[in-house]
Amino acid sequence: MYATTYHRPSSVEEAARLLSGEAKILAGGQTLLPAMKLHLAGPSDLVDIRRIGALKGIKADRSAVTIGAATTHFEVASSPDIRKAIPALATLAGWIGDPAVRHVGTIGGSIANNDPAADYPAGLLGLGATVVTNQREIAADDFFTGLFSTALEDGEIITAVRFPVPKRAGYEKLRHPASRFALVGVMVAETAGGVRVAVTGSGSDGVFRATELEAALAKSFTASALAGITIATDRLMSDIHGDAAYRANAIRVIAQRAVGSAK
Amino acid sequence: MNDAVGIGARVKRKEDRRFIIGSGRYTDDIRHDNQAYAAFVRSPHAHAKVVGIDASAAEASEGVVAVLTGRQLVDDKIGNLICGWAITSRDGTPMKMGPWSALATDRVRYVGDAVVAVIADTPALARRAAEKVVVEYEELPAVVSATRALEPGAPQVHDLAPGNLIFDWVIGDEAATDAGLRQAAHVTEMRITNNRLSPNAMEPRSALAVYDPAEGHYTLYTTSQNPHVARLVLSAFYNVAPENKLRVVAPDVGGGFGSKIYIYPEEITCLWASMKTGRSVKWTADRSEAFMTDAHGRDHDTVARMGFDKDGRITGFRVDTVANLGAYMSLFSSCVPTYLYATLLSGQYDIGNIFCNVKAVYTNTVPVDAYRGAGRPEACYVIERMMETAAREMNMNPAELRRRNFITQFPHQTPVIMNYDTGGFGAGLDAALRAADVASFPARKAEAARRGKLRGIGYSCYIEACGIAPSAAVGSLGAGVGLWESAEVRVNPVGTIEVFTGSHSHGQGHETTFAQIIAGRFGLPMENISIIHGDTDRVQFGMGTYGSRSGAVGMSAIVKAMDKVEAKVKKIAAHALEAAEDDIVVEGGAVKVAGTDRQMLWHEVSLAAYTGHNLPAGMEPGLKEDSFYDPVNFTFPAGTYIAEVEVDPDTGVTEVVRFTAADDFGTLINPMIVEGQVHGGIAQGIGQALLENVVYSENGQLMTGSYMDYAMPRADHVPSYTIEHTTTPCPGNPLGIKGCGEAGAIGSPPAVINAITDAIGNNDLQMPATPPVVWAAIRAAARPAAAA
Repeated sequence: MYATTYHRPSSVEEAARLLSGEAKILAGGQTLLPAMKLHLAGPSDLVDIRRIGALKGIKADRSAVTIGAATTHFEVASSPDIRKAIPALATLAGWIGDPAVRHVGTIGGSIANNDPAADYPAGLLGLGATVVTNQREIAADDFFTGLFSTALEDGEIITAVRFPVPKRAGYEKLRHPASRFALVGVMVAETAGGVRVAVTGSGSDGVFRATELEAALAKSFTASALAGITIATDRLMSDIHGDAAYRANAIRVIAQRAVGSAK
Repeated sequence: MNDAVGIGARVKRKEDRRFIIGSGRYTDDIRHDNQAYAAFVRSPHAHAKVVGIDASAAEASEGVVAVLTGRQLVDDKIGNLICGWAITSRDGTPMKMGPWSALATDRVRYVGDAVVAVIADTPALARRAAEKVVVEYEELPAVVSATRALEPGAPQVHDLAPGNLIFDWVIGDEAATDAGLRQAAHVTEMRITNNRLSPNAMEPRSALAVYDPAEGHYTLYTTSQNPHVARLVLSAFYNVAPENKLRVVAPDVGGGFGSKIYIYPEEITCLWASMKTGRSVKWTADRSEAFMTDAHGRDHDTVARMGFDKDGRITGFRVDTVANLGAYMSLFSSCVPTYLYATLLSGQYDIGNIFCNVKAVYTNTVPVDAYRGAGRPEACYVIERMMETAAREMNMNPAELRRRNFITQFPHQTPVIMNYDTGGFGAGLDAALRAADVASFPARKAEAARRGKLRGIGYSCYIEACGIAPSAAVGSLGAGVGLWESAEVRVNPVGTIEVFTGSHSHGQGHETTFAQIIAGRFGLPMENISIIHGDTDRVQFGMGTYGSRSGAVGMSAIVKAMDKVEAKVKKIAAHALEAAEDDIVVEGGAVKVAGTDRQMLWHEVSLAAYTGHNLPAGMEPGLKEDSFYDPVNFTFPAGTYIAEVEVDPDTGVTEVVRFTAADDFGTLINPMIVEGQVHGGIAQGIGQALLENVVYSENGQLMTGSYMDYAMPRADHVPSYTIEHTTTPCPGNPLGIKGCGEAGAIGSPPAVINAITDAIGNNDLQMPATPPVVWAAIRAAARPAAAA
């Protein structure tokens, strides 16, 4: 690891002031720190936002769940409020990485990184969440812009994510055998704005909405409604862990299971 | 006897206390004054010419002590790395060993090949400076598949090995075997690959070299399974230090699985650098370096044909294998796909005609050498997949087909060198069938089907060869070393015992099991016995630990030394007690005149030996004996493994839901430790069958360079095992031990794959059976055969 200067600001404003030049936000560091160890990243400064009180915590009411950006995956997975309002979201968080990762990694860190195999991007996109930053609000549909890229501007800090409570939602995942990221992860949700299906782990351009599945589920929110559907392979990735044809089939299968487990 | 701790007792491991409280002492824990650190500049290319090296920026970098190149290494007459087992091709020519310099001079041959060593005050400074070394490469075309490397026009890895062929070796009678196949009523033919594995010891490799200029003496602390052999090779072949001026210490070592048998470029470089710089030099691999440089295992591509008569008796077995040895010949690489592989192709079966051809091939990949099982898993996998597939093709019960071909008379001479001394293959199969409740399998399959799962059952009747020996025999087959073991049993004046063994424990629990055989025999407390290993200054000599040899060979040496101690003890006691030597017995911590109440306590005898006040005339004082034990034969652990899997037909995800192992290891010293070995071995075998695979891109980049892409088995990948033992004691050694360290990894992969192929109805399946692989095989089976 190259030498770096560590900061622990106590407010979002202070954190924003520290973000200049080659500084990076440390929001759990479950991707950034391994990259630094491998000399793939060498930020001059690390701005650790995990101790900022305003970024922590979970608020839930009848219409929405708001999760502070520095909330850990463990806190989301074990939150009674989330388990009640959006159980699929608690399930998703509980399947991220391993216990060590879940106790340190945060929702803000995960979505800002936008790993194409991460679980949270499917959660946000499938549930039609809104990303709240220190400057604005960004709809999930506009937030994830490609592999490891988001709509965030330089110096912009995610403060929270707001999830509308769906009628029902389900998340299922085929785990990557080595990393336990998603080889295929699918969030299906019946929301006020219609049926949404988001797929992670498979898109050659990152998380995406499976419109063909959404159309079928809009007619009938049942697993059998997806039975005959073939997912196009042209936007899917092929790698040593699964080719596009495998992923295309698995997306349908996993989506069916997500519908089956939706509540 | 002390039955509470003796042979057969489940004694808790003495060494675990220090490991559990974090007080193990590993190479990287050892610190010396004036210590510097090495970082290696490694090739980013699979194959390239080294055109030039500009080290000026690195030399000027903060904290740098020295920047060392292959050219300097050659100038100092440091020798090339060698392979210590000579193999002769079928045309009589010797194997073609390409030059391997610890630091590359003019060419690099795999991604990770070491080119420059930077020595600096801290690891971070060394690494930073290493990044400033500019190596100019001229890239060459690369080849990673051994089969492709043999094709005309393939890139040439070593100039002295045309067509990349290291050797073209045969064993068995080709004409008789082909005739046996021609006469067969049924022939099963399969192409079978054995996937390349990364060893993944928990502790990465490490070396600390200390040079004493006053004495011209070197000390090397290193992660070695055989420190004495390391000293021998480092001095005799690599010329880094004379043997009498080199001490090699292998302290606590966190796992080896074969990968720490060999001498690697880094240890050589650290020793040499310590002399060049006058600083102690330490290097510890990070996990990326471990993936990139630890010798890999397996990587075979085989076509096998097995013929059967109308009754299902094997008429001939022909195996043609291409073995990928990587970019250089590692220390024992040549014997793995030959004498540790083809000699086991008879399996548990009475086969009159066996022929095997092995072509060993250079590629632009990490060198391949022994990995838990080493050749025997590859042989077992070929035989046991063939047997299962043949049974299905002939509509026979796979257990019955095996039973019909079992060897039942011992000793049994196979047509491929091995002479099986003893075994009970039918009893092993019966024990496994019972323990696995095979009779109820149809009900379990039906129940799984109701849940939408395909359930399958697979068998594997393995045999392996441990305690590779005797020395004269392995010498005649090309080994550069003897394969005996030595021990010294030193009884102190107060009666405590120190055992100096040439075996090396890196997880096996020797400090417990070795002490058990002494405590049990002499009736002494376990805490009075210390096992000392891993230090060439303290232990007289040793051949180390690999090939499940420490029980069968290492403990036998201890027994031989104990025999001598006991004989002397009896003489001393007979003299002191004025009794006949033949009437003396040693039991319960005392030395007694049988049938009387006359006795001396153990420590009274040992003290008498050291005071020398009252010894038989002419007897030398002291109580310390040693032995060099050379076995008469290999040992032959064998058993039957039965796996049951459930496959999700929609995703190809496979779960091993039941696993039964019935092993015959001969005498068990500590059944708890034996079961631990079996558990770990099976987990590794399930890992190979379902998960693990080293993948290189076409141009030789390592695609599985971290745990993000190289899948290791986790706790939830393995079921709770059912373990049974049958016992036919080995007649070839004093304790009747056969060895248990590798069996699990040898026997389990074919059982798992046979279970999957049973579940999905397609015998054409290669490891690792990942979800996409299984899913594709299910689809292929569902498709009507093309042009049928």
